[in-house]
Amino acid sequence: MAPLLEIKGLKTHFSTDDGILQAVDGVDISINRGETLCVVGESGCGKTVTAMSILKLIAMPPGRIAAGQIIFEGRDLVPLTSNQLDEIRAKEIGFIFQEPMTSLNPVLTVGEQIAESLRRHEALTRKQALERTIEMLKLVQIPNAEGRVHNYPHQFSGGMRQRVMIAMALACKPKLIIADEPTTALDVTIQAQILDLLQDMKERFGMAVMLITHAMGVVAETAQRVVVMYAGKVVEEAPVDDLFGDPRHPYTQGLIRSIPRIDLDSEHKTRLEAIGGSVPILINPPVGCRFAPRCKFAMNVCTEKEPLLREIAPGHRMACHLGDMSVGAAS
Amino acid sequence: MSQYVLRRLLIAVPSLLGISLVLFVVLALAPGDPFSELTTNPNVPPEVAASLRAKFGLDDPIYLRYLHWLSAMLHGDWGFSFVSRMDVDQLILQRLPATLYVIGSAQLLALLIAIPVGVYAATKPYSLFDQVANTLAFVGFSLPTFFTGILFILIFSITLDWLPFVYTTDIKATGIRWVLEMIRQAIMPVAVLGLFQAASMTRFVRSAMLDVIRLDYVTTARAKGLGQAKVIVKHVMRNAMIPVVTLIALQMPAVFGGAIVTEQIFRIPGIGSLLISSILSNDTPVVMAVTFVFACLVVLFNLIADVLYGWLDPRISFR
Repeated sequence: MAPLLEIKGLKTHFSTDDGILQAVDGVDISINRGETLCVVGESGCGKTVTAMSILKLIAMPPGRIAAGQIIFEGRDLVPLTSNQLDEIRAKEIGFIFQEPMTSLNPVLTVGEQIAESLRRHEALTRKQALERTIEMLKLVQIPNAEGRVHNYPHQFSGGMRQRVMIAMALACKPKLIIADEPTTALDVTIQAQILDLLQDMKERFGMAVMLITHAMGVVAETAQRVVVMYAGKVVEEAPVDDLFGDPRHPYTQGLIRSIPRIDLDSEHKTRLEAIGGSVPILINPPVGCRFAPRCKFAMNVCTEKEPLLREIAPGHRMACHLGDMSVGAAS
Repeated sequence: MSQYVLRRLLIAVPSLLGISLVLFVVLALAPGDPFSELTTNPNVPPEVAASLRAKFGLDDPIYLRYLHWLSAMLHGDWGFSFVSRMDVDQLILQRLPATLYVIGSAQLLALLIAIPVGVYAATKPYSLFDQVANTLAFVGFSLPTFFTGILFILIFSITLDWLPFVYTTDIKATGIRWVLEMIRQAIMPVAVLGLFQAASMTRFVRSAMLDVIRLDYVTTARAKGLGQAKVIVKHVMRNAMIPVVTLIALQMPAVFGGAIVTEQIFRIPGIGSLLISSILSNDTPVVMAVTFVFACLVVLFNLIADVLYGWLDPRISFR
């Protein structure tokens, strides 16, 4: 069966005063129906830009989709105008943003903000839309939904606002939800609640979820498949068990080693490893492998030739010159 | 809400008292009073002048004179203009319609230009439209009204002879002709004042819109597929207009002040020209009354701005 969404060779560039910033540079990602796909990587790896490019929510200009296809249910979204995309936004693909504190309009009631999406995509009267909105708020477990529907965002806590965002994204029952770091701005206990809720909703509506995160813990808990991005490129892609059990790319290994562990006894306790350096600025990026400057296995070839993404096991792809010499597995 | 307004009005009382005291003292310290010309007029015997001064209490100590003025004011007596030979409140009421007509129209014109232009320019920043609008706005508020006013008179009244350059209140026509004439003579002052206001307001609207347009909730709105027009009007403008409305309300008293110059240029018999002529002829009661009215307007529009702010922004509650 064809995937629900297939991103092929996506390149999203931004013009800046210093030159062209290649935020996303040839990314392939596909999501199947009903699947949860996690996209991980440090800040500045192009995860958000990739997601925002799908519905052209990046600022254009200065942003521009320079190349690639985004095929949703057999239809390429890249050539569509913003007006044509409006039919797909919220109706087919829903969005949950990172910052519940700033992603809701402060001068409109939360009810109005959910209902306007319903009225836009479904022929509903104001009253019907209000009823549906209350229903959605109940679904995301907002207590006293009938009363809260008329409240303004500042009357909600961060976690409650993210529930409102989820209700908003789910209102039109889209086939795909893109959640851009939905828990990053929340404290840990609320994070777990929101992830559970998301999981719950996904099962109830049978939609696919593209979850963008930089928390490996979140990945392990929620994903079926994982895409690891680095500096605007996909460096590894694998089913979640393979990724944690047999990470191949040095970057993925670094990410996994940087998860704090509480299961080791005191004798094995070591200092938490971090990946040295930081993500390069993607204006005139280095030739060859973009991770090479930070990679402890870097060889001469790494700074000369770009490694291509290739399949090393069924469903497991990665882009590294070390190939299937399982570099870090021993450690 | 009504409690808030009431409390604000009560707080305004001491500040208005303070303002009136300062105004009164400054005017008392200024050289000249309504009777100063009597002493230099050879037809008036010095003892008559002195007895008139005594009769009107002009030689009383300043605090007594202030208390006199205050108690009269509280009784609704605004004083008497010795120059115009009529009550000050009558005089002000007579001059008010011309000022309200010109300033109101100018402000309306400014809004009708500034909001659409500012909003459209912000949706397409650095486009040709934006650049042209920005340049014109910059030119607009760099040119003072006393310059553009005279320029307009030169072009439209003297060279082209299309419009009258003296504003009259006694137009010798009736019915529709009178209305047309009223409009015709207001075109230049309204345009001069309105365009000047529009220039700075456009830039303000544009920057307020640009501040909001990049915010996260605008992206949220776009992700709902609402369409550009609805996103701009419902989500961006609604928020961007909060500071704009406040600015306009706070600017209103300043507009009255700014109109003084325009009224002088076009000879509009409004409040502004009344103030100028009263200052020149030492008509202290009128100067005092008009400046005090301006002070009241400042206090009033501050209150209006605060109330509007709370009405537009649900995050603000009146306590």
